[in-house]
Amino acid sequence: MLVSRRGTRAALVAAFVAIAIPCTAQPVQDPAAAQALRSEIDQLKQDFSARLSALESRLTALEGAQPAGAPGAPPPAPEPAVAAAAPGSQPTAQVPPGAEAGGPSGALPVYGNAAAASKVFNPDMAAIGNFVGAAGKNTVAPLPALALPETELSLQAIVDPYARADFFLSFGEEGVAVEEGFLTFPALPGGLLMKVGRLYQAFGKSNTLHAHILPWVDRPLVTTNLLGGDEPLADAGMSVARLIPNPWLFLEATGQVSRGSGNAVFQGTERSDLSYVGHVHGYHDLSESANIDLGTSYAYGHNSSGVVDGTDLGRLTTSLIGIDGTFRWRPLQRAIYHSFLGRSEVIWSRREQPDGRQDANGFYVSGDYQFARRWFAGLRFDRSERAVDASVHDTGQSMVVTYWPSEFSQVRGQYRRTTYAEGPTANEFLFQFQFAIGAHGAHPF
Amino acid sequence: MTVKNVLLSLMMLSCAGVAHAQGKLNVVTSTEDLAAIAGEVGGDRISVESIARGYQDPHFVEAKPSFILRMQKADLLIVVGRELEIGWLPPLITQSRNSKVQPGGAGYLDASMQARILDMPTGQVTRAMGDVHPLGNPHYWLDPENGKLIARSIAAKLTELRPNDRAVFEQRLADFTARLDAAEKRWLAQLAPYKGVKVVTYHSSYPNFSERFGLDVIGFVEPRPGIPPTPQHTLDLIGEMKRQNVKVVMVEPYFDLKTPNAIGRETGAQVIVLPPSVGGVKEITDYFKLFDYDVNLLVNALKQATGK
Repeated sequence: MLVSRRGTRAALVAAFVAIAIPCTAQPVQDPAAAQALRSEIDQLKQDFSARLSALESRLTALEGAQPAGAPGAPPPAPEPAVAAAAPGSQPTAQVPPGAEAGGPSGALPVYGNAAAASKVFNPDMAAIGNFVGAAGKNTVAPLPALALPETELSLQAIVDPYARADFFLSFGEEGVAVEEGFLTFPALPGGLLMKVGRLYQAFGKSNTLHAHILPWVDRPLVTTNLLGGDEPLADAGMSVARLIPNPWLFLEATGQVSRGSGNAVFQGTERSDLSYVGHVHGYHDLSESANIDLGTSYAYGHNSSGVVDGTDLGRLTTSLIGIDGTFRWRPLQRAIYHSFLGRSEVIWSRREQPDGRQDANGFYVSGDYQFARRWFAGLRFDRSERAVDASVHDTGQSMVVTYWPSEFSQVRGQYRRTTYAEGPTANEFLFQFQFAIGAHGAHPF
Repeated sequence: MTVKNVLLSLMMLSCAGVAHAQGKLNVVTSTEDLAAIAGEVGGDRISVESIARGYQDPHFVEAKPSFILRMQKADLLIVVGRELEIGWLPPLITQSRNSKVQPGGAGYLDASMQARILDMPTGQVTRAMGDVHPLGNPHYWLDPENGKLIARSIAAKLTELRPNDRAVFEQRLADFTARLDAAEKRWLAQLAPYKGVKVVTYHSSYPNFSERFGLDVIGFVEPRPGIPPTPQHTLDLIGEMKRQNVKVVMVEPYFDLKTPNAIGRETGAQVIVLPPSVGGVKEITDYFKLFDYDVNLLVNALKQATGK
């Protein structure tokens, strides 16, 4: 049908040309007249193409003034009398003469300009040094006299309109490790906040904090004894958090699924041995200066106690339950001078072992008071049984004083008295210098 | 709570959602100054709420989870920009679960883009200078001319989000600008006799205010931005103030008055707490009252100091 119609049209055009040529050619015998006619046609052609170009450029100009998709949009606001140079504005060049017709009118952007440095897309970078010294006697868990146990490098940027990425690399004495490295989708449908990557597990409060944010030099005994060491519980996985709407308070639920073998607590041997973490926390403003934050957490995964000669015969698991509470006070008008933060966490560990289940628990209570713009004083009380042997426990007491020369550095001293289950009591003085260079990070809450 | 009650409340919630979609534009601002200007332009077409209070140091606001709830529901987030909020706003935006208010989103407005920004650092910037703002001084709203420019960019953004209310926003912008023009003449006249008078301020919060109203800021109580006063700097400042006969020290409401008062005693200068923001004291409920209050306070202090 289409072919035949096109055929018909071609035939008609051919017939028209056949009729028209003899019609125009026949009466004109004079070559001079023909020449005149030809030049007239040429003239017409030129006029026509010039007018067409003019119309085209007018159309382009109109389209440029009114962005497509905004019919009836308001006329652009007149330029302010004194405007700061808008960041991201492109350098422009004049349209070369003779190129007006047909092309876009007005100034053209210049690409590949040396001044338009692509380094604006580099991530926000910062390095945080953590220098720790220890004096006194500790025969159970001694720290070196002087050390730089950790240097944290953070790289943070927005990936694209849908996600941002955060890397926290730790350079320690044993090498480099990815403390955290994850992609965040901040605006998924359904009000979800999703993270994918290696993450600090959302178990309790202090486990989610990087070392430089802690109000102490060390981590509490309950972290060391029940969460597998001085490092927070971290693993590769996915995390989804959602706000639970209600008229009374801020309520957030977080669920995480991880590999189940990326840390000291969960050491599954098979691919299906995933670990799971659930966390719910509620926050409420008591006044504009005081607020309270309560949370509860659960974690489950396989442990390594049933592994015999590389084979997981026991298929034994560990589950952890935690509750945490934080009270904060900071008077708004004197926020930079005075504040108080009180915090407690209790953790129960249920660890299946070949010799039976060990039900251990532990807790800490701490308080930190900022008594001047640069000075903080704190106390912490620790008690924790051990995950592998619940019949023994360690206790500790600490006194901490912190001084901030500026927002970017701090000096801290901590007197720590620890009574270990093995018998000896360690009296130690720990001191710490922390310093940050690079991008200004957000203050933790 | 029966099933019926649950269903009823769900229905009410969904109705609220519909009403919300057609009703007022929900605007959240980082500071009360921006909330005041947005209120002038938006009128009853918007509801507006600020995160920081006017008597609070806007550099050090806590990123409380309750703010996440406000930002989750926002149609538009207006920020001061120039890295003023860098310490607390980014985590709130990330956790807001609101694609509209992400930087670059349709509901994100940096109010500084059209304003006149002072103290743009030239040359090398290091933290040896203290907590410097590499993108210029963020306290730019303290100039009524910038107030007009902020209002204009807010009006443009509101029109973009609610094209049907364009006439309302334009009319309100014109009205605000006209009233501000008139008030500015009055403020300028009040301070005209003291043009070029030398003052000291605690933090560098008033460069735009000083430029507009002809004050000459010769020093700061802080030795460097964000660094608390040191004895040596305070002594140097006292000496300099005596040499140059400085009679007024301007202090933001969120700073401790101990050092400024000591300086005042030594030099005979008056120490005045000059709120840089709407809400800095109870009486300052809008952008006009901010200048009314500050200009009156300053004029009274200068009158006593100079006898003019």
